[in-house]
Amino acid sequence: MTEVTGGTREAGATGPTGPAGGSGGGGGAGPTDAGALLQLVPKAEGKQSMKDFKSDQEVRWCPGCGDYAILAAVQGFMPQLGLAKENIVFVSGIGCSSRFPYYMNTYGMHSIHGRAPAIATGLAASRRDLSVWVVTGDGDALSIGGNHLVHALRRNVNLKILLFNNRIYGLTKGQYSPTSEVGKITKSTPMGSVDAPFNPLSLALGAEATFVARTVDSDRKHLTEVLRQAADHPGTALIEIYQNCNIFNDGAFEAIKDKQQAEEAVIRLEHGQPIRFGTDGAKGVVRDAATGDLKIVAVTADNEADILVHDAHAASPTTAFALTRLADPDTLHHTPIGVLRSVERPVYDTLMTDQLDAAVEQNGKGDLAALLAGNDTWTVVG
Amino acid sequence: MTSQVSSPAEQADSTVVGEQRKAAGTKDVRRLERVVIRFAGDSGDGMQLTGDRFTSETASFGNDLSTLPNFPAEIRAPAGTLPGVSSFQLHFADHDILTPGDAPNVLVAMNPAALKANVGDLPRGAEIIVNTDEFTRRAMQKVGYDASPLEDGSLDGYHVHPVPLTTLTVEALKEFDLSRKEAERSKNMFALGLLSWMYHRPTEGTEKFLRSKFAKKPDIAAANIAAYRAGWNFGETTEDFAVSYEVAPATTAFPPGTYRNISGNLALAYGLIAASLQTDLPLFLGSYPITPASDILHELSRHKNFGVRTFQAEDEIAGIGAALGAAFGGSLAVTTTSGPGVALKSETIGLAVSLELPLLVVDIQRGGPSTGLPTKTEQADLLQAMYGRNGEAPVPVVAPCTPADCFDAALEAARIAVTYRTPVFLLSDGYLANGSEPWRVPEPGELPDLAVRFAQGPNHSLEDGTEVFWPYKRDPHTLARPWAVPGTPGLEHRIGGIEKQDGTGNISYDPANHDFMVRTRQAKIDGVAVPDLEVDDPDGARTLVLGWGSTYGPITAAVRRLRGAGEAVAQAHLRHLNPFPANLGAVLKRYDKVVVPEMNLGQLATLVRAKYLVDAHSYNQVNGMPFKAEQLAAALKEAIDD
Repeated sequence: MTEVTGGTREAGATGPTGPAGGSGGGGGAGPTDAGALLQLVPKAEGKQSMKDFKSDQEVRWCPGCGDYAILAAVQGFMPQLGLAKENIVFVSGIGCSSRFPYYMNTYGMHSIHGRAPAIATGLAASRRDLSVWVVTGDGDALSIGGNHLVHALRRNVNLKILLFNNRIYGLTKGQYSPTSEVGKITKSTPMGSVDAPFNPLSLALGAEATFVARTVDSDRKHLTEVLRQAADHPGTALIEIYQNCNIFNDGAFEAIKDKQQAEEAVIRLEHGQPIRFGTDGAKGVVRDAATGDLKIVAVTADNEADILVHDAHAASPTTAFALTRLADPDTLHHTPIGVLRSVERPVYDTLMTDQLDAAVEQNGKGDLAALLAGNDTWTVVG
Repeated sequence: MTSQVSSPAEQADSTVVGEQRKAAGTKDVRRLERVVIRFAGDSGDGMQLTGDRFTSETASFGNDLSTLPNFPAEIRAPAGTLPGVSSFQLHFADHDILTPGDAPNVLVAMNPAALKANVGDLPRGAEIIVNTDEFTRRAMQKVGYDASPLEDGSLDGYHVHPVPLTTLTVEALKEFDLSRKEAERSKNMFALGLLSWMYHRPTEGTEKFLRSKFAKKPDIAAANIAAYRAGWNFGETTEDFAVSYEVAPATTAFPPGTYRNISGNLALAYGLIAASLQTDLPLFLGSYPITPASDILHELSRHKNFGVRTFQAEDEIAGIGAALGAAFGGSLAVTTTSGPGVALKSETIGLAVSLELPLLVVDIQRGGPSTGLPTKTEQADLLQAMYGRNGEAPVPVVAPCTPADCFDAALEAARIAVTYRTPVFLLSDGYLANGSEPWRVPEPGELPDLAVRFAQGPNHSLEDGTEVFWPYKRDPHTLARPWAVPGTPGLEHRIGGIEKQDGTGNISYDPANHDFMVRTRQAKIDGVAVPDLEVDDPDGARTLVLGWGSTYGPITAAVRRLRGAGEAVAQAHLRHLNPFPANLGAVLKRYDKVVVPEMNLGQLATLVRAKYLVDAHSYNQVNGMPFKAEQLAAALKEAIDD
């Protein structure tokens, strides 16, 4: 094995293999400059294909699992992203979805239950030359790891979090999850779950998330487009992916996936477009003048002008939050998919690096001898 | 403590030796070999600051010293109550000393609570300086004094100096535009000035310190300096203080060099920065605030110009999680905490064992279980560090033995972590963390070279000749696996907590492979190179005293006492608790008796009994305080005679 001394500390001398040292990582990117942040990650030399991102490991999800479709979509998207694959890292927690990194031919870590956002935070904050993705599930992210998820979101660490929501615990064989509907009959709730579920996107918005989106495992085109927007986003992007567990919760998202039902159920959000859905866009979302909340109306010539135009970049998360509340948790009718919110806010990793640079600027590069001696010394002569 | 050279004076209880002489003025100057002073007052009286300043003066004067801050967990406990008493003990000498002293020769009691809480520790004949202004009927009743102890004869055996500290301070500051309450707050500086006069301490450092501390409030700086000088002048002029004392610099105790005073947590933080430079890896600290470890987070956060990243996490688990993520990325990763935090981090430490990535877990032990005694010391996390994880998850354990040694121990822990690609426990404790002593400042050139080599290319040839990278193909000597950081082309690999196949690192549930991997991870840690245990046994003793961690000072002081009294006793002190030094078993078997003093209920004793089948005797103390040398000497004597 050939090895070289690693751990370069000098800015600019970091190269493709060294961790970003004190002032490494490229620097110079403004905290809200979307393009510049992605520029820190080296580009692939030459053309990549989906095959480049498939690892040699046998995929071991249950046949028919929605995870296969998501894996294929991500592997298909990566060549479009065009980043050097050695600078891409997938970090996961525990659960079916968390096996994901094993199947990506990138760097990867399958960690412990719920902790992936924390581990990824340390990696992303210390290595701005990496594109760091977190793969998690509804139990992993919202139950045991809820704390880390909300804190990653509020810090706005440069992470892309793929939250596979199947509304069930799969790997432990079918207990209800924090997104399961009230009354869910499972192995651990024979008389029905009495827990009120989380709405993951409402939660994310409450946690100051800057990028919040929802997509569906079986809609590869939509999923890919959301991945693209997430990858471009500077800071934490949370993508909730409705994912079918065909063993323990089959058909959980049938209302959204079935073409006929979807007409009523799915609200496709596109920035700058009026929010309309249903057959021929017969329904729309308007603001209720009395409460300020959102409501569904049948579109008429009279109210057409009142239909809300989706603004994913609105500074206030209020409307995005209202959109997350439109869906009926039981029937899934009026479920918005797409990018609900995408705004820019200073990125944690950038702020951290800026402070390191500022410290060097103000005090000079650290001098160990001076540090150790301090201000109060005395000398003993022999 | 600066060397292990035995000094007869450590055995002596009497402190007043040497000649008396007249100073230039009319007052007597008496020379002492060593003094133990304790400042005690309310939590809000600034006793820690006063003690720190007296320590700095003493350090710059060149005495050897050792300190013991002792304060409640409450930030401002109810004023005037016993639980609210905060104290700072300082032992300084003209020779090499090892402990903060068993019993104070001088107590400064700022109120009745401070007197009551501390008088029991004083030997007869000790000097007590009391702030009489605070001895009101109400304040005395609050702590259960029916009559004034200053008048009822209960202090007859002591040399009491009644001083109206508050009044004198307010009087001294009357020229300043301060409210009475503001002026009263400087009374600790008055007391410091008085003690500085009594012991001939240099004053420039404290005046400079006050000017700098209150740089933005020059009036307050001037008032504090005025109070400080007033205290000095009070000693010089009042008849009650007829004698002042000299404690000569400890010139022979220290090898030549540049010295400073340093606390354990500061030394540990500096050791981490030094380790970052010596490994040439950026330092990443993931931490959650917890007493008594937070000062390391505070300190490291001030040194970003060394490339140090500090991450104050949402909880203990995220602290170590972020550190582990940074380790994957090639940082020198550290998490700092205390016992309850270790409990929360256990699962992630297990993951680090499985991932075989370098990670320093710094545990500043405190009294337990649970929240326990946050501000008091204990050594009861040893077994947690050794075994507190699911599965077979061996982790090397390193324990510093003095405050200054925390610097070297941090470098040693880093050496093991990066060489063997493993999490390493660094077990300090509250006594080391907050205590301080002189430290010979090392030159950066003296520090060990810890250069790290990342994997850079394939390390294995398949049968068909293909060159591949195997993340779990080990170095044959250290059994360490390659550290391949993201960003290295061609070495893309996946790691995780599921059992991995030897070599490839692929998921494996194969029974034989698991057996092999469990044994290999254990063999890697068992094979960590650690220096042999040194035994100090000048007299061919039959009894060995074996210690670890912060008990080094008290044990060594106790051993000196015993030897001074003609007893033969051997001493050895463990810095490496896992793996043990290779010669430990042989050392233990050389002695008829092995005594293990610990600030727990016998955790090291349990380990050596299990591993070496020796009849090690425990001597235990779990009162939140370090051992007192005299008590320990008596216990050891009993063991020798038994």
